[in-house]
Order: sequence, then C-alpha cells, then structure tokens
Amino acid sequence: MTDTTRNFVYFGFIAALIIGTGMMTSWNLAITIVNFGLISAIMALGVNLQWGFAGLFNVGIMGFVALGGLATVLISMPPVGEAWAAGGLRVILALILGAATIVGAILAYNALPKGYVRALGMIVILIAGFFIYRGVFDGGVQAVEAVNPANAGYLGGLGLPVLMAWPVGGVLAAGAAWIIGKTALGLRSDYLAIATLGIAEIIIAVLKNEDWLARGVKNVVGLPRPAPYEINLQKSETFVERVINLGLDPVTASTLWVKTIYAGLFTAVLLILFLLAQRALHSPWGRMMRAIRDNEVAAEAMGKDVTARHLQIFVLGSAICGIAGAMMTTLDGQLTPGTYQPLRFTFLIWVMVIVGGSGNNLGAVLGGFLIWWLWVMVEPIGLWVMQITTSGMAEGFWLREHLLDSAAHMRLLTMGVVLLLVLRFSPRGLIPER
Amino acid sequence: MDLLNAFITLSNFVLIPAIAYGSQLALGALGVTLIYGILRFSNFAHGDTMAFGTMATILITWAFQAAGISAGPLPTALLALPFGIAVCALFVLATDRGVYRFYREQKAKPIIFVMVSLGVMFIMNGLVRFIIGPNDQRFADGERFIISVREFKALTGLKEGLAIKTTQGLTVITAIIVVALLFYFLNRTRTGKSMRAYSDNEDLALLSGINPERVVMVTWLIVAALATVAGVLYGLDKSFKPFVYFQLLLPIFASAIVGGLGNPLGAIAGGFTIAFSEVIITYAWKKVAGYALPDALAPDGLAQLLSTDYKFAVSFVILLIVLLFRPTGLFAGKSV
Repeated sequence: MTDTTRNFVYFGFIAALIIGTGMMTSWNLAITIVNFGLISAIMALGVNLQWGFAGLFNVGIMGFVALGGLATVLISMPPVGEAWAAGGLRVILALILGAATIVGAILAYNALPKGYVRALGMIVILIAGFFIYRGVFDGGVQAVEAVNPANAGYLGGLGLPVLMAWPVGGVLAAGAAWIIGKTALGLRSDYLAIATLGIAEIIIAVLKNEDWLARGVKNVVGLPRPAPYEINLQKSETFVERVINLGLDPVTASTLWVKTIYAGLFTAVLLILFLLAQRALHSPWGRMMRAIRDNEVAAEAMGKDVTARHLQIFVLGSAICGIAGAMMTTLDGQLTPGTYQPLRFTFLIWVMVIVGGSGNNLGAVLGGFLIWWLWVMVEPIGLWVMQITTSGMAEGFWLREHLLDSAAHMRLLTMGVVLLLVLRFSPRGLIPER
Repeated sequence: MDLLNAFITLSNFVLIPAIAYGSQLALGALGVTLIYGILRFSNFAHGDTMAFGTMATILITWAFQAAGISAGPLPTALLALPFGIAVCALFVLATDRGVYRFYREQKAKPIIFVMVSLGVMFIMNGLVRFIIGPNDQRFADGERFIISVREFKALTGLKEGLAIKTTQGLTVITAIIVVALLFYFLNRTRTGKSMRAYSDNEDLALLSGINPERVVMVTWLIVAALATVAGVLYGLDKSFKPFVYFQLLLPIFASAIVGGLGNPLGAIAGGFTIAFSEVIITYAWKKVAGYALPDALAPDGLAQLLSTDYKFAVSFVILLIVLLFRPTGLFAGKSV
C-alpha cells in the first residue's frame, strides 16, 4: 500500500466516523465535531512545527490559546467609552510605565559594570518602577471596574471586525512565546517545558483576575460573529423559502448553515497554514530545522545558530496556536477564562500530534480530527461501558453509583493510555515523517 | 510593644505559614531532584504522584476512623501514612516496570522521558479523580491547634495573637525527620552511596559493579515516600484537591531548579526560597506596617504587592530570573 492510499484510507475513516456520528446522533453534533476538529488540527500544526520540526517541548499551549481568545475580545468588542473616560488612559499609562521599568532595568544591566553596582541599580529601578506602576495602575483599574460592573467594568475592545482578531491573536501569542523562548531556550531541553507550563498558568491567572482587561471570570459574552445569527436567518424570507424547497426544517437548517459558514472559514485558514507549513518543511529552512533537531552539535559545527533558529520556530508555532485560540473563541462567541484547562488545551493537543505522527503535517491534521472525535465520544462511550458493567449490581449500591458518577473522568485515563501506547508501540505515529 | 505586636502578626501570617509551606515544597522538590539526578529527566507526574499517595492515605485514614482507631491529639492520617506510602510505592514501581524501563533500555533522550511522564501524569490524575473524585477532601482530625490565638493572648497579654496549627508543627517536625533520614541514607549507607555515585557518573558506577536497576528501584521507593509525605502534609495543612496538586508542580519545579536540579540540599533551600517569596509578596502588609511604622507613614491600602491569585507568578518569575542569571541554580546542580 503506498503512502497516498494509506492516507486516503485514514482520512476516509475519519470522514466515516463523522458521518456515522451524524447519522447515529445528529448532524448538528457532527458539524460541531468538524469545527472543533479543524481548530484542533490547526493547534496540532503549530505544535508539530515546534516538536516535529525542531524537537521543542512546549507544555504551555493553553496559555497561547487563551491569548488568542483575549485578542478576540480586544479587537472585536466595542470600546466602553465611559470606562475609557474614567481611567482607561491611566491604566494604559501605568502599563507603559511598567514596560519602561523593565526596559530601564535591562538597559541598566547592559550599561553598568558587572558587580554589586549593577545588581543594586537593577533592583532599585525595578522596585521604584513597581511602586510607581502600582500607584498609577490601581486607581485607574478601580475607576474602570466601577463603570457598570454588571455589563461592562472593562475597557472593551477596538470594535473592529472579528476576523481581524485571528492574526492579532497570533501576534499576542508570538510575543509571549518570544519572552519565554528568550529565557528558556539554549538551556537544557526540559527547562523550556517547565517555563511554558508556568507561563500558561500565569496567562490564565491574568485573564481570570484582571477584570479591567476582559472582565475576568465574569466572562465576556456576545462577541461579534463573522456569520449571521440563526434568528435572523429564520426571519429572512429568502432563506426560509430556499430551505423549505430543500425539504428541511428552517430552525435546524439555520444552525447547520451558520456552523457550515464557520467550517468554511476554518477550512480556509487550515489550508493556508497547512500549505505554508508544508512549504516550510520542504524548504532549505525546514531541512536545516530537522538537521538541528537530529544533531544539534553537528548543526552548530556547520555554522547554524541553534538557539536563534529554535527561538524562531518556537515563536512561529506558538503564533499558530494563538490564531487557533482566537478562532475558537470566535466560534464560542464568548471568552470564559474559567474553562481553560491544561488537560483540554495542552495535553490533548500533544496526544493529537503524537498519535498523528510528529514531524508530518498531514499527520498532525489527522491526529487533530481523530483525537478530537475520540475526546467527544469517550464520555458517552465511557458512560455506556459503565452502565453495562454495573447492570448486574443492585440499584443504589455504592459501587454502582460511584462508577456511574466517575464515568466523566474516563477521558483522562483514555488519553493517558493512548499517549503511552502510541509512544511505546508506534512512536512515529499513524503517518510517520518521511 | 508595637514592634512586638508587629512581629507576632508577621509570625502568624507570614513566617509560620511560609515555613510550613516551604517544608512541603522542599519535600516535593527533593523527589523531583532525586528523579532528575538518578533517572535524568524532569518528572511531570510528580504532582500527581503526590496526589495519588495522598489519596491512598486518605482512604486508609477513613477506614481507620470508621474502625475507631485514632492517634489521640494527632491526625489519624499519620497512622495511615506508612500504608499510603506502601500503596504509592507499589504503583510507582509498577509504572517504572511497565513504562519507564523500556525507554531506559532504549537509552531514549531525556525529552522522551518527560513526554512519557506526561502520559503517566494523565493516568494517575485520571485514577485519582476516578477513585476519590475531583472535589475537596478534608481529612485532618485530632487537636486543631498547638496554641490558639485566644490562649496566646491570655498567656502574653499582647493585642495580637499567634496561632500554630497542629498540622503546621507536624509538617515542620516530619520534614526535619524525613530530610535527616534521607541525608543519612545518601551519605552513610552503602545503597545511598551507590546512588550518589550513579548520579555523578553513570558509566563509572556501572564499572564499579553497581546494579543500575537496584539503584533505580530504591530511588523510586524514596521518591514515592517523599511524595506521599509531602502530599499528606500539604493536604493536612490545607485540603486535598487533585487539581491543586497538579498545580503544585510549578512551585516544586521552581524550587528544584532554583536550588540546582539534582542537588538535594539545593532542593530544600529552593523550597524555602519559593515559599517565603510567595507568601511575602502576596501578603497584605497593612497590619504589620501599621504597628511597625509611625502613624504618619502607615499605608492606606492593603499594602499587598500582588494579589494571592498570582502566587504562581511569583515562583515563575523567580524561576525565570534563575534561568537568566544562573541556570545551574543557587547550589550548582547539573546543567546538562
């Protein structure tokens, strides 16, 4: 069997799974799985860039995804005029002061002679800067958060079209990745993992607690959409007429249509990124990356700047995760920082990449769809398995109740087992790197 | 008098909690650093190993409580601890047999080990949630305080009170005993010495006839014990929640790296550094400053540098600073 036919078989199998889901349960669920599968595939592409091309281990995907979500709010929500008037400029000024402090400290580090003077100078600049920053910042934040806390209490966004948030999400994630990469790359390989684990937790903490930025755990709901609202479609006579001619129910048809529009947009992004990643993999740059991955010492001896190349690809991969994060928040129509779980947004993506085939873009896409389907389906399947195993037990028996309640946690177990099995028995994944 | 009050407040809210938390972190970081020294990878499953051992201990504690066995004024969990360690050790040894040994024989890259430990983390986390559920569990019983605020005030006549929880006292004492035993073992016994030799230079150790599988097994046993003790102490002091234990991974790693990965002494120093910074930076200093400073200088606000929600940011920033300026840690650990 050639590679091409094998790939056709794999993707045909995925299509069969999704169509089967559509026929067995509902088409609405099937197309939702497709949409999230597309987003997962994009995240997996980003991680594959880092791991498959360069061997960088990033366990902070959740943070970059969340930054993408933040971008959606910052770009698409209308600005809250009152909040800006109350303290918006003060908050911005404080942030500039904070940034200036850090830049000042870096400049001092470079300018002062090595020794106690330098350490002392930096510490003084940082401490003074911190207190000035807090002095300006706290008042501004209080003023902003006091403005209509039930509905606003934040600065709002720029009121631009939501599609613009996608690239901006990528830029935000790239910025965070640059800071992390700058410190942790070039050291031993697991430091990057630990640093990314940390930055993800911190980004989520910021999103949860900085109410002036994106309302924190009060969530931003009702984000603008790139697709029409279902209710408007149902009111539109031309739409209803066309649907009835096709023999469909207008309500179902409108939800399906909206989701199809999203699917179209996501597919376009996935295709563009996939083609770019494919071109990169087969370019001299991609070959250099793999050479570095396979033998850093040899690559360095050939005059390649390993740390700089690693930084480059780490930033690129994280940017792709940021784009996917912005797309996901757009699809949800709301930013809910409480829902970001490392399991769902970091480790699941890893399972996708490993199962699909690290180092192969097509494999990442395949893994994205397959594992997402599994993730959605494990819960009902787990419940079903539990019901069968417990069917012999008496009603109200504690073990039965416990097993039924715990079925939801089957996901973790399944993903762990899948990851370990693939790493052990098929470390190259379903579609191995060529 | 005011200064004394300030000091009491400081001890009550900063020093004592930070010492207890630091001991818990140090025990956790010791486990990470031992795995790093002997098996040469960063074990991402460590937080969940702690959770697993604690879960086993909690279940046995419940059984003891149901059977009416108690340790008097001390928490029943102390009696259950050895059994919890045994269960955790069995599980950890089983994962080593089933998972890690294969990669050791393959001489896989450290990063593969890290990834595998991620898979193990998933499974442990899943098991813990499956068995005991994702919610908060409190299992501390016995006497709550060594000295309570009211007793302290009555004793000294000061305006501010000092409370020392039994669990805090217990944490520090247990940590000291465990660390003393560990260092005695590493420095004085034959097995401990062979472990250090293996950690220093694997090839040389193999040449001198040290059995690597035995070293690895002993390491896992010690790590299981350390993780369970750390987890149970943390759970007694605060409460047991699987997700919190996963999140502890970050301060624990930070402690191990700040001290110097692979260096047991460093892990302890790192644990206390992280714990003190975390508590000091997230504590609201208003009360202490109100006592210690003249009235004119007393702050209006809470005088809190960062809100407690950012405690992870503290360990992270310290981690970044260490990585930037001294990647081998305070006590030179391994950099490769």
